[in-house]
Amino acid sequence: MHSEAAIREPLILGHKTYHDITQDIVGPIENKAPRGWYVLITIAGLIALYGVGCIMYLLSKGIGVWGMNKSVDWAWDITNFVWWVGIGHAGTLISAVLLLFRQKWRMAVNRSAEAMTIFAVIMAALFPLLHMGRLWLGYWVFPLPNQFGSLWVNFNSPLLWDVFAISTYFSVSLVFWYIGLIPDFATIRDKVTKPGMKKVYGILSFGWSGNAKAWTRFEEVSLVLAGIATPLVFSVHSVVSFDFATSVIPGWHTTIFPPYFVSGAVFSGFAMVQTLLLIMRKVMKLEAYITVKHVEYMNIVIIVTGSIVGVAYITELFISWYSGVEYESYAFINRATGPYWWSYWAMMTCNVISPQVFWFRKLRRNFAFTFFMSIIVNIGMWFERFVIIVTSLHRDYLPSSWNMFHPTWMDAGIFIGTIGIFFTLYLLFARYFPVLALNEVKSILKVSGESYKKEAAKHHHH
Amino acid sequence: MFSTRQWQESLLRWSGSYSSWYSFLRQTWREQLAAHAGPTAIFDDTWNTTVHDGVMTVPVPAATAPVVFAGDIAAATAAAAKASAGAGDFELALYTTEAIGNGQHANNPWLQEMPDPLTKITWDNYVCMAPADVERLGLNMYLGEKAPASVVIVKVGEREISLPVVPAPGQKSGTIAIALGYGRGEFGEKVGRAACVTNHEGVFKPVGRNVYPFTSYADGTVNYDVLNATVTPGGNTYPVAITQTHLTAMDRHSVVKETTIATYMAGNKRAYNKPHELGVHEDVNGDGVINALDKKPVAEFDLWQEHPVEGVGHRWGLSIDLNGCIGCGACITACNIENNVPVVGKDEVRRSREMHWLRLDRYYSSDMTKERAKEEGLGKISMYLDMEVPSESPTVVFMPVMCQHCNHAPCETVCPVAATTHSNEGLNQMAYNRCIGTRYCANNCPYKVRRFNWFNYVTEKFGEVNPAWDDLGRMVLNPDVVVRGRGVIEKCSMCVQEIQATKLQAKKEGRPVRDGEVECACESACGTGAIVFGDLNDKKSKIRGLANSDRSYYMLEEIGVKPNVNYLVKVRNTEEGVANQA
Repeated sequence: MHSEAAIREPLILGHKTYHDITQDIVGPIENKAPRGWYVLITIAGLIALYGVGCIMYLLSKGIGVWGMNKSVDWAWDITNFVWWVGIGHAGTLISAVLLLFRQKWRMAVNRSAEAMTIFAVIMAALFPLLHMGRLWLGYWVFPLPNQFGSLWVNFNSPLLWDVFAISTYFSVSLVFWYIGLIPDFATIRDKVTKPGMKKVYGILSFGWSGNAKAWTRFEEVSLVLAGIATPLVFSVHSVVSFDFATSVIPGWHTTIFPPYFVSGAVFSGFAMVQTLLLIMRKVMKLEAYITVKHVEYMNIVIIVTGSIVGVAYITELFISWYSGVEYESYAFINRATGPYWWSYWAMMTCNVISPQVFWFRKLRRNFAFTFFMSIIVNIGMWFERFVIIVTSLHRDYLPSSWNMFHPTWMDAGIFIGTIGIFFTLYLLFARYFPVLALNEVKSILKVSGESYKKEAAKHHHH
Repeated sequence: MFSTRQWQESLLRWSGSYSSWYSFLRQTWREQLAAHAGPTAIFDDTWNTTVHDGVMTVPVPAATAPVVFAGDIAAATAAAAKASAGAGDFELALYTTEAIGNGQHANNPWLQEMPDPLTKITWDNYVCMAPADVERLGLNMYLGEKAPASVVIVKVGEREISLPVVPAPGQKSGTIAIALGYGRGEFGEKVGRAACVTNHEGVFKPVGRNVYPFTSYADGTVNYDVLNATVTPGGNTYPVAITQTHLTAMDRHSVVKETTIATYMAGNKRAYNKPHELGVHEDVNGDGVINALDKKPVAEFDLWQEHPVEGVGHRWGLSIDLNGCIGCGACITACNIENNVPVVGKDEVRRSREMHWLRLDRYYSSDMTKERAKEEGLGKISMYLDMEVPSESPTVVFMPVMCQHCNHAPCETVCPVAATTHSNEGLNQMAYNRCIGTRYCANNCPYKVRRFNWFNYVTEKFGEVNPAWDDLGRMVLNPDVVVRGRGVIEKCSMCVQEIQATKLQAKKEGRPVRDGEVECACESACGTGAIVFGDLNDKKSKIRGLANSDRSYYMLEEIGVKPNVNYLVKVRNTEEGVANQA
């Protein structure tokens, strides 16, 4: 009598063999891409081109083509920046933090989540550059030796901290991502037959030999990088939040911001991972690897971080009343009931109320519903940043300076453009890079146990 | 200039005289003076004194008969009755504005861009109407960038004109007012190109509409009051360029402080100018217990290391007397001229992007106050909504606001490239060449006085109204001040070029700078002496005395930014309560 304890659902469905996995991941790179890929990249590419056009126009005319004014000096630019940085949080969290916690389910999603991080951080970095009045002097934010005398950057400025935080995060994420790609590039190199591709992937794989020593070093480096990357997950968005928290503006000057921003970032990052994975799963036929289990786990992260964000919103409201500070109190009353009330309630609905439906197991295991919710969450998180930035600035201390902000087509064009560029990069990644960490995924395949069971079942019947 | 000739000289030449205009003028006056002041006067002395003083005193023969009132009251009554006969719905008052007067300054872009003291509208004339009437006619109450004014057709007799409507708190219901002097350049009138506003095709467009046709001429005088005006909504809207969209001070006592004469005369500073205090953990009042009564003025707290301010040389500052300010805006224009502040044109002002380094905040009083809301048990949301609405007959405060040159300036800490720094003379400085335009400083300024060059205002797009746009126009620029390009922040420098020049002069003469020797542009333009500039470290200076006076306070003192600009509480000669009593 054969008995088996069913402890966990398998992470990979459909009785795959090692060869199947290689075939599933490398196949789309070797062969012609599916039709859906061509459709998507055409759409994304066109939007990206439109965005590039808008950026060119902005650079030629000046920041005035955006809708800001003397009271609201930041609006969509910094909203988009914080939104993209936030999205760029999930990748490193999944690969570094979950690696340290030995969460094996991450293996199916970490590669594409990391790619998303890289591209999102690039999009984020665009905005602080574009929002500068004199972009051509942007390199002055680096502490470079210069011939202007003892001219140095201002280390007191949170914007300068941003420069360091974002660039550090970007470089560590990029290295971490690339190290993980090396053995997979080697697999592609060994498998493809076209000489050109063989050459390119040969270079990309840095001459990976696959011997035991290389693997040991690979795992050690991964752990070290995970150790370095983990604090960065928390530091980047904390530093971004300092842009606001260290200021004197009511609604910005808030000590709660660092943890609030980090959980919001993880929240929106996981939502974006869901958006991308659920599309890729279908287009690239990865149903066996990205399963309902992954979606459910990520939805649990969403509900936890969403609830933290909700607590933060309510804490802010409470403190604005409890502090007794006139300006602080007005800033929050104005958020909820002033001219921008709709953005506040869009934020509340999308970020706090709607993720609570994931308490229902049925809903958090539903692909279509999860996809819908992932979009909702990202809309909500965009509004969160809009609310913080615009509604705080548009009515601050002196009523004489109270003003409205109205976006222009350039505000919208550049934002939508970055979404196009982001998806274009992501689709190129999906086409030419191994979208799953295929060598890592092989380590969680229960191939011997499964084949034993198969054998046993055969004998049992005879 | 440019081998041209004064037009008066041309007239002389054409009339056959080859004397210069100057000697012709003097000759004329020599004869005039001889006739009036008598032949004994030495002409050169009299001429110089008269030109210097601007007036000449001529002895007047003593009046022989007392003035007797001999008016015909019955006739006057009849005339009044006749005038009011046929009165329409509205009485129309035609007035001249602070900026362009009767229209003779209509071609001056600085004045066109100077906001009206009350409505804060630039580059237009419009119909001022009581808010109640605006509401009754169903017209737009709130005006802003994307909230244009409703257009109405004002009809007087056979003449009609369509103009936007602006709600003017305090105006009597049933009256409307329109400014004269606008609409110049219609029908091919040459008004000069300085304020030539062009549309997108480059076609000339007059600023506002000419309402002189509404005046009437009767019995030898021009009548500027029209009693039988009718107003009908035109159904369309018109964008107005407005620099201050909010009407009231929202009962924020640390912004504006007012008091009554009686309270002031009673001499208790705490009654009308109470400093902000913070609770501390020491026994300040010496009652043996540490509790909520132990407080210290906020001025004694420093989040950061305190700058040495006393006895370290100069510390420049401004003192602004809210009692003195009449809201005329001369300081704004003086500042623009002195500091080469660009004129940005109507469209940019509409987007709230005027570049003025100095602005005049106008606050109407509101019926709703925190105190009243407490008495009536009103919730905060409705209280704030009510506070946004001015009283039917409000009092008004004008408050000149420029960079406050904070000793703990929030703008200075946030600039990533240290483009804005503190001078050891108390000035908050801008290094335009170092600025990369992140605008973080402007966001973090609690007073919102920093201005950003959204476009290259000097050469692009808005060139048609900027004095700096061509060789001739550039002659109005101040050579001691740079013209700023696209992408940098600018703001009040306390006329640092004047300070430096005066210091240099004093140094050459081997003496200290005298009190009152440096004059800021705003200060010298102020007709009421409401703005005083000086060295706060000069113990005998006028500004030091003002800064230490009982009426002196710092705007938003509780944030702790420690400004070098202080304000003096407005004292109203009234027995009723005032709006912003601390």
